[in-house]
Amino acid sequence: MDKRVLLIEDEPNIIEAIRFILARDGWRVDTHADGTTAFDRVAETRPDIVILDVMLPGRSGFDILRDIRADAGLGALPVLMLTAKGQVKDRDLAERMGASRFMAKPFSNTEVLASVRELTGA
Amino acid sequence: MPRSALTGTRIRERRTMIGMRQADLARLAGISPSYLNLIEHNRRRIGGKLLVELARNLGVEASALTEGAAAALIETLREAAAGHDEAEADLPRLEEFAGRFPGWAGLIADRHRRVRELERTVEMLTDRMTHDPFLSASLHEVISAVTAIRSTAAILADTEDIDPDWQRRFHRNLSDDSRRLAEGAQALVAYLDEGTEDPGVQSSPQEEVEAFLRARDWHLPELERSLPPDPARIVAEARELTSGPARELALAHLKRYRRDAELMPLQRFSEAARGAALDPGALAQAFGVDPGAAFRRLAALPEDRAGGPVGLVACDGSGTLTFRKPVEGFSLPRFGAACPLWPLYQALSRPMAPVRAVVELGGATPQRFLTYAICQPVLAAGFDGPQVLEAAMLILPEGTVALPRMAAQPVGTSCRICPRRGCVARREPSILANGF
Repeated sequence: MDKRVLLIEDEPNIIEAIRFILARDGWRVDTHADGTTAFDRVAETRPDIVILDVMLPGRSGFDILRDIRADAGLGALPVLMLTAKGQVKDRDLAERMGASRFMAKPFSNTEVLASVRELTGA
Repeated sequence: MPRSALTGTRIRERRTMIGMRQADLARLAGISPSYLNLIEHNRRRIGGKLLVELARNLGVEASALTEGAAAALIETLREAAAGHDEAEADLPRLEEFAGRFPGWAGLIADRHRRVRELERTVEMLTDRMTHDPFLSASLHEVISAVTAIRSTAAILADTEDIDPDWQRRFHRNLSDDSRRLAEGAQALVAYLDEGTEDPGVQSSPQEEVEAFLRARDWHLPELERSLPPDPARIVAEARELTSGPARELALAHLKRYRRDAELMPLQRFSEAARGAALDPGALAQAFGVDPGAAFRRLAALPEDRAGGPVGLVACDGSGTLTFRKPVEGFSLPRFGAACPLWPLYQALSRPMAPVRAVVELGGATPQRFLTYAICQPVLAAGFDGPQVLEAAMLILPEGTVALPRMAAQPVGTSCRICPRRGCVARREPSILANGF
């Protein structure tokens, strides 16, 4: 059965690129661009991994991460955080809130792919 | 603050000016020439009877030997010594130093002021970098475009059997993103360019406005006329106001000045002010204005009309000083917080309750001032809006008005340079080792 990624990101061209590289690697990629409804989408699709951008319209990626970690059924879900601010402050915050990995933009495709594979044990 | 600072130098200057020998002055004052020599070189403090005696023989008022710019110099040097162990150890000899090497002392004071200005600029720039929403949004835009470009370009370079449809799509994305990147980068460059040309970073807007008002002795005759020029024109023509924010502040000040002038016409107000011994409460009632307006009007009177210098200081609800018109002997800190015992802050904690108090500034020669303070809501956003408070304190030196018979509240300028050791309101230790 295909493994599933949910990509929560609002930049269309970044979505397109990530979708392409993951799809070629055999992943089924769902995408979501709105922060306010992102958590519901996670709960609904139950992916194997979430790629989560920090700066989203409506709601911050950190808030969504907090909800995921607080949810009994989703708590153990691997979450790869993406951010345009590679600051130590954001990295620390992401770690404290339980992000499985933190990646600063601009990332390399191979790095994203390797991280997704590693975090899901694929 | 009048101190014995540099008194010796003044005595010497005065004596040589009138061509009197040291030995003669010493004999007339009943002291030894060697002791007078020590005094003249600022190695002995002097006050009381001896000072009066010397002044009499030199044909001047005793105050002429003690008051003046020297005190401001000493204050600045004290500030400069703050936190510097070796200089602090030498603080007891500060006056002697300033007296013997006025040039070097002036240099240190100037350097110190410049350092403070630069620190302030750095602070502002750091603030700007961290909190500037435009900068943050532009950088985010650039990073997003770069991320998409990097990822898309890698796909095109590394995928050998790419579908022609996908290839076209990625090429189009690349083209879009590169345009976005170029625009974002240009916007950033334009923004940063503008920043370097902004002379406002040299000092704070508030300081520019103060320099502007100081140059006019805080009085603007053109706004007193019956057909005044547009305040915007005065602002536009003022050389001191270089930055946009300073011009905005100045314009608000001038408009308020004009309104005050209309409600309290100069001639009538100055007569009433003298008649009421500058009591802002009585004046507010007589002119049907709020006490804050009467404070401002009193502070804008020319000295000869007020009967002497009048100081004014205002703060917002956070205690930050928003307006400073200092008077000799009552220095108002340029940065950081002032003395929490000022009636200004007592008023701030009790909005609408008037406060009248005699205060005494610490120092070798304690000086007294009559102060009036009041805190009023600004109602900038109406009754439902967030409550914005503004407190003001009028400072009347002993020479401007007669002080009422009431106990004087001991106050300072700011804790760091305040000599009152046992003060209950102290928030940080004083740099003055032994006080006075």
